[in-house]
Amino acid sequence: MSYTRRILNAFRFTCRSFPTNCRRFCTSQSVMASRHTHAKRIEGLDKNVWVAFTSLAADPSIVNLGQGFPDIPPPSYVKDALAKAASVDRMNQYTRGFGHPSLVKALSQVYGKVYSRQVDPLKEILVTVGGYGSLFSTIQGLVDEGDEVIIVEPFFDCYVPMVRMAGAKPVLIPLRPKSGKKTVSSADWYLDPDELSAKFSSKTKAIIINTPNNPIGKVFTRGELQVIADLCIKHDTLCFSDEVYEWLVYKGHQHVKIATLPGMWDRTITIGSAGKTFSVTGWKLGWSIGPEHLIKHLQTVMQNTLYTCPTPLQEAVAQGLLLNYKLMGQPDCYFSSLAEELEGKRDRLAAILQEAGMSPVVPEGGYFMLVDVTPLNQDLSHMGDDEAYDYKFVKWMIKEKKLAAIPVTAFVGEESKEQFEKYIRLCFIKEDSTLEAAGDILKNWRKV
Amino acid sequence: MGIIRILAPYLTLLRPNLVQNHQLIMARRLYASRTIGVDKNVWVEFTQLAADYKAVNLGQGFPDFSPPQFVQDAFCKAVSGGPQMHQYTRAFGHPRLVKSLAKFFSRVVGHEIDPFEDVLVTVGAYQALFCAFQALIDDGDEVIIVEPFFDCYQPMVLMAGGTAVYVPLRPKGGSSVLSSGDWVLSAEELTSKITPRTKAIIINTPNNPLGKVYKVEELQMIADLCIKHDLLCFSDEVYEWLTYDGAKHVKIASLPGMWERTVTVGSAGKTFSATGWKVGWAISSGKLIKHMKIIHQNSVYHCATAAQEAVSHGFDREYELFGTPESYFQQLPAMLHQKRQKLASCLRSVGLQPVMPEGGYFMITDISSVNVDLNDESTKNESYDFRFVKWLIKEKGLATIPVSAFFSPEHSKEFDKYIRFCFVKEDSTLEAAEEILRKWSQKE
Repeated sequence: MSYTRRILNAFRFTCRSFPTNCRRFCTSQSVMASRHTHAKRIEGLDKNVWVAFTSLAADPSIVNLGQGFPDIPPPSYVKDALAKAASVDRMNQYTRGFGHPSLVKALSQVYGKVYSRQVDPLKEILVTVGGYGSLFSTIQGLVDEGDEVIIVEPFFDCYVPMVRMAGAKPVLIPLRPKSGKKTVSSADWYLDPDELSAKFSSKTKAIIINTPNNPIGKVFTRGELQVIADLCIKHDTLCFSDEVYEWLVYKGHQHVKIATLPGMWDRTITIGSAGKTFSVTGWKLGWSIGPEHLIKHLQTVMQNTLYTCPTPLQEAVAQGLLLNYKLMGQPDCYFSSLAEELEGKRDRLAAILQEAGMSPVVPEGGYFMLVDVTPLNQDLSHMGDDEAYDYKFVKWMIKEKKLAAIPVTAFVGEESKEQFEKYIRLCFIKEDSTLEAAGDILKNWRKV
Repeated sequence: MGIIRILAPYLTLLRPNLVQNHQLIMARRLYASRTIGVDKNVWVEFTQLAADYKAVNLGQGFPDFSPPQFVQDAFCKAVSGGPQMHQYTRAFGHPRLVKSLAKFFSRVVGHEIDPFEDVLVTVGAYQALFCAFQALIDDGDEVIIVEPFFDCYQPMVLMAGGTAVYVPLRPKGGSSVLSSGDWVLSAEELTSKITPRTKAIIINTPNNPLGKVYKVEELQMIADLCIKHDLLCFSDEVYEWLTYDGAKHVKIASLPGMWERTVTVGSAGKTFSATGWKVGWAISSGKLIKHMKIIHQNSVYHCATAAQEAVSHGFDREYELFGTPESYFQQLPAMLHQKRQKLASCLRSVGLQPVMPEGGYFMITDISSVNVDLNDESTKNESYDFRFVKWLIKEKGLATIPVSAFFSPEHSKEFDKYIRFCFVKEDSTLEAAEEILRKWSQKE
């Protein structure tokens, strides 16, 4: 318990026991203020890059390559499925807490094929409020106070606050660019096996990996995953694998599920997202897949946090999955057609950035691209010293150039900030017109 | 409970986790200690049973009729709306919705509510409660829970590291109690439960399962204690529009001195008969909401967009029609009033004693006069009402919920002769239940 808290508690107790004395020393205002202290678990967790930057970028005149959501429409059949579901009475009422039956069955089918193993729809799957909700259920269910959790930088920003909220310690390890080489692809970033090994301790409960990675776009190879798996088995830790961008992998690369490596199914929770799979981020549905002895603890968290996810949305996602299950392996399966569409946009954005004199890090997967803004030589000394360069740059760029991105240091810990503060993250799951508008802004950068 | 939690890590070391290929995973404990003692859940158990036996379901609290046309239309319109309807919206609540909620409830509460500071939209009222407990209850805090309570309050207090302290509503007098209004909270008993560690009290009005609608004097008594002892108040008001026989729903947050210390929780699911949409909210002073926002942004972060858009339109319509006969908030309780009467008379006709609820979705019934042979080995060690409900599902195909599930372990024995019926069902469902009960009473 913090020192301040101890003093406050003592003060409260004294006030309660000796009310007349206390009235002389405190107004009712200050007694009320001392009582309404928040729980310790939220201390230091108030900052959030999205809360900060989404409102800045909300102005419709701003070309928004910031927050990761599509401005391209979702496939019409999922919208139709939602409208259809909502017209059925029963679909507007509560469904099964751990996942709507038709959805968990569909997930079981799709992932049974992907994993080449039977996935029990009732015991090995939990439907959650987005990939975010899956991460939360996983961490709350399996990570305890005093545990350590290894997180690979750059990381989707919620991993650290979620681990801290669970009372555990994040242990960070950065992806590093291969030395000597100018980084032109996300494949040029790697995890040093010795450095990683040194991060494991007797307190390590889990490692969180994200493949394809947000923001870099790295797709971990089988060999790289094997190194991680070997360490998990050696140190008997769990693995939380955030694979929300699993279908968005570009030519020449393959998404590998760490849970399929020997010895890993029993210690891995794999996270997926309907929002990223079907370009419907506003539906907020995701899932955790893993062995029963782990999933059951996530289910306990679910039944004590929000109990069940919305029904009509789950029904619609089920329909979307069933449709694409039949098409798996064929070009018109959305899982592959979306990747093909995005590869074109990826290449267009990379070209735009190169034309503007910058070197983008071309991602192997996902829908983000990192770019080093050093060549733009933007003087931001007027903005003071209290923030990393990329935060200042993005704020300035939104205001002055009407182009929104996300600062990459939001995805790293304190010690790695210097390594990443010249990078910004751009989202390319956008209409071609949006990408071209960004191109125009960058082309005219020098013009005032 | 505390002792078990302390010993748990040591106990589990003795029992390594084995898995199917006999590979040892985690010789130490896998799960987080916050999940200890909160894994059992009455709904999971009973909804499964009702489904397995295809019972006429008056158990779980959801309507078997559709939401009103105007919200369904609003949802369809949102779904076919622009691409932004299917993408992330504002994390703490879709702007259109928080504005509608602030406008609507400012008028009801008599206090200017800031849509962006004083409102948090959540995945159902359930998640609003979760955010309140996680944000404001800490290790060692005590939370007073008025019994009977919606079952999630207790595990949520536990998961936040708090201690639940129970105070039961008790039927006054000794004779048969006919109405939920006959169940009261003793001011002395409540006061006796307050200690220096008490952080908050949670109340539910209209109450689930009892149906009690707290009168203003009763809320004033609670408010006085909250102010005197500087407590927070979590007020679960999901059934706020469902009051019968002239009972008036009063918001404790509207009493003097209570706005800044009360978190009021509401539900679109119960308001618009669309429980499957899972849209809820917490309304309070910005000082408390800001802490809840932190939990929200680190747990689910956003709620689904289209449903929020639809609920917003629902509230705008109701704002205009408030107090008029076209208002859904008038029509729904009027319709449910009938169903309530129907179920009550049906229960009485077979010799059961219903407690008439002043509000809400549910009616509890005293089953002590019923004589059945609950010959079921599998339920031998459970409380009487649990055993009775399971028997009723298996033998008669009628699903209800045992009321002792809504009481603390220390008081459940006193209240194990009641079962809960949900009457927010199509007439055909109520008639089917009536048929089952009639056949049963004729056989006796």
